[in-house]
Order: sequence, then structure tokens, then C-alpha cells
Amino acid sequence: MNPRQTSTETAVRSPIRSCVSSSAKACFCLPLTRIMKPRWGMCGLNWAGKLVALIVKDFKVELRTRYAVNALLMFALVTLLTIGITVAGMPLDALLHAVLIWILIYFAALQGLSLGFIREEEAKTAMNLRIYASPGTVFFGKFIFSCLVLLFLTAILLPLYYILMRLVVIEPAIFILVAILGAIGMSAVTTLISAIVSRANMRGALFAVLSFPLVIPLLIVAISATSVCLGGPERISLADSLQIMIGYPVVVLAVSSLLFEYIWSA
Amino acid sequence: MRTEIRYGIRDMTWLKILIGLLMTVMIVLSFMTEKPVADFGDEFRIFYYHVPLAIVSMLAFLVNLIFSVRYIRNRDPLDDIRACSASELGLLMGVLATISGSIFARIAWGSFWNWDIRETSFAILLAIYGAYFALRSAVEPGQRKAIFSAVYSVLAFISVPVFGFIVPRIYNSLHPEDTLISSGKIALGGTVAVVFVLSLMAFLLLFVWLFNLRWRSVYLERFVKERGYE
Repeated sequence: MNPRQTSTETAVRSPIRSCVSSSAKACFCLPLTRIMKPRWGMCGLNWAGKLVALIVKDFKVELRTRYAVNALLMFALVTLLTIGITVAGMPLDALLHAVLIWILIYFAALQGLSLGFIREEEAKTAMNLRIYASPGTVFFGKFIFSCLVLLFLTAILLPLYYILMRLVVIEPAIFILVAILGAIGMSAVTTLISAIVSRANMRGALFAVLSFPLVIPLLIVAISATSVCLGGPERISLADSLQIMIGYPVVVLAVSSLLFEYIWSA
Repeated sequence: MRTEIRYGIRDMTWLKILIGLLMTVMIVLSFMTEKPVADFGDEFRIFYYHVPLAIVSMLAFLVNLIFSVRYIRNRDPLDDIRACSASELGLLMGVLATISGSIFARIAWGSFWNWDIRETSFAILLAIYGAYFALRSAVEPGQRKAIFSAVYSVLAFISVPVFGFIVPRIYNSLHPEDTLISSGKIALGGTVAVVFVLSLMAFLLLFVWLFNLRWRSVYLERFVKERGYE
């Protein structure tokens, strides 16, 4: 049997109970459990335990083959090299640098973000997940996993870009903050889309097309904020763009988590 | 699919005659009356076609959102057909509005596309509903296709109000807003306002008529296919 097919069953058995202590359960999980309405499944974990188990499972499955992360990293590196070679050391202005950075992250993310749900569909483990965890748990599990993957990707891409393109960062702290918020926001905005795409044909192209209108507001403010950090003109004030970068993904995430159940059970 | 055939407005003869009359009167008036704004030349008469088309296409997208929400709540296949028909018409009218605006932009501002606020946000709106049809064609027919497109329609609509905050801060507007709308009131001259309202009414009724025709024909097609009548 293909090891990937049994991934869900083997990985979720690893007891996570130890990492969520009983006192932490009492003070943190109880009020949230009432909102989330967990279905008490066969493993006897509460929803927070299941959430952690799902994320750990995704990492385990990924580390067994590593094909997604490898392909993703190589895609990002090749794109970065293409930009670097064609620009060939020419000085670019701040806005152009910001545009290049975010287009780079966006397209790398497009390659990788759909892997969460697509992998479940391809390995035919989606039904397992439906039995095991409530839709909310699956949704947030996938969101956090894609978030971590994208943050990892950004953490590798940005320093490389900094070195290769001789970037001059005026406000490093805000620059890093914007990158982190942008990566989290991008995965928040595209989680539901990736769930939709995983069950359609022509996945790659469709994912780019469907996520475009949702990602565009985030990209506009992220590019503007990054360009301000690189010394560009302030077309949208930094405070405004940070507010939008926090608020917009939260709104999309809230609506997505409400709508996810319909997608998941369809 | 329910067993009985359900109709929308069955007899639309009066509506057709009304639309024909309104359109004729509007087209004649739009060329015969004085120019809408003195600063522009005769090309500004495209305003009578461009603005109502844009307004009606946005209304059509709103109709799509309403029927999508209704589909998620009730799972009535007719709501899915209606939502799809509304966005088809919205896309058609949106493309027509973009083309007419582009022609005007070439003459009045010098290029077909100027990255104006309205142009940018309208392009994004059209991209959303283009993606909606891409999604519909990528999922096999059935309940899943209907629910996926309804959910996408609701989700994509979140980003629409956000553009109201972001886009105006980046792109300058070339649209002659001050000449038409000043301090929330529509400041149009007497005859111009009359022609504009006539044209808006004509395009709205055209949308109602086409929408009713479209969803009924899609519904009947599906009904015939399911029953196997040929």
C-alpha cells in the first residue's frame, strides 16, 4: 500500500494530549469549544488537540516525500534568478523592488498553497478527515499549515532577494512585519479557494484565477507598505496599509470559516 | 429539480413593447437634445449608454450575490440558474460598459486605458465574474458545481467594498464626477436628467426582460435534458 494513503491514520494517532495540559484546556479551550461545537471523535482529543494533530500530520506527510517543498523552493529560486539575471544589477526604484518581491511571493505561494487540500483529494484521505474532525478544525488546520509553509518560503526568499538584488532597507523592522503579515494574510485569503480548487479540474490555472480578486487588495497594500520601507513615496500611509493587512484577512477568514462547511460537505 | 415546470413572468409582450418604445425615444433624444456637458464635444453623448450599462451590470452582480446566498440557504436549483444567468448578463453589460468607456477615454483623455479608479475597480469586478465562469466550467455539473460557485460568489464579493478604500488612494480619477454629481446630489440639467433617467429605465427593463428569458430557457433546457425529451 502506498504510504501516503495511510498518512492520516498513522499520523493522527501520535498523542498530542501531552502538549495541551489540562489546566490550559480549562482556561483557554473551554470558551472556544462552545463556539466551535466539536464533534467528539474517535481519538478523544478536543478540537485544539485535533488541530495540532492535523498540522503535525501535514508536516509528517510533507517530510516523508518533500516533493512539494522542494518544487516550491526551486520554483521560487528560479523565478528570483530570472529576475536577477535580467535586471543584471541595474538600480531599481523602491516601488519596483516592492512589486517584484510581492509578485515573487504571490506566484510561489500559488504553486504551493493548493497542496493542502489537493493532497488530501489525491491520496483519497479527505473522507478520513471528514470523519475524524469537524469542518472548522480542518479549515483552521489547513490554514495554519499553509501559513507556516508560506512563512518558511518568505524567510528563505527575502534574505536571498536582499543579497542578490542589493536591496537597501530603510525600516527593517516594519519590512519584516509587513512580510510576515503579508504571508499570513495571503494564506488566510486563499485557504477556502484551495478547498474549492482541490475538487475541480485544471487546478493550477483555476487557483490563480480564483484567488486573484481576493489577493489583489492585500497585494496592493503590501506593495505600498514595502515600498515605503524601502524609501519609496507614501501613497497609502503606513498605518493604513498595516490596518488593512490585518483587518482584511481577518474578515475573509471569518467569512471563509462560515462557508467552508458547505464546500467540505458538498 | 422539482417535477412541475415553473415559469417566471410568462407573458412579456407588454414589457417588450415598453422596452422598444423607451429605447427608441431614448436613442432619438440622446442625439437630438443639447450636449450633456458643455466642456466636452459630442462624444460625451456616450454617457447616456455607458453609465446606465455600468450601473445595471453592477446591479446584476448584486442579483447574483442575492441568489447565491439564497442557494446556500435553500438549495433550490432554480436559484443557482438565476444566479448564473444574472452574472452572465452582468458580465455582458460590464464588458459593453468597459468598451464604451474605453472608446470615450481614447477620444477625451487620449488613451484607451488610463488606470482610473473606476476603470481599475471595474476591471477587477469583471475578473471576479470571469473567474466565476471559469470555476463553473471546471466543476462537473450537479449540486457541487452550484454550491461551489455560490460560495465563491459570496467570498469574492467581500473584496469589492475593500476596493472602495484602497483604490481611490492610488489611482486618480479622470471621470468627470464633479460635473455630474456634486455634494451627493445629481447636478444635471433638465433635459439631460430626463434622457439619463429614460436610458437607465430602458436598460433596467432590458435587464429584467433578458434575465427572465435567460433563466427560464436554461431551466427548460435542463428540464428537457433530465426528462429525456428530445
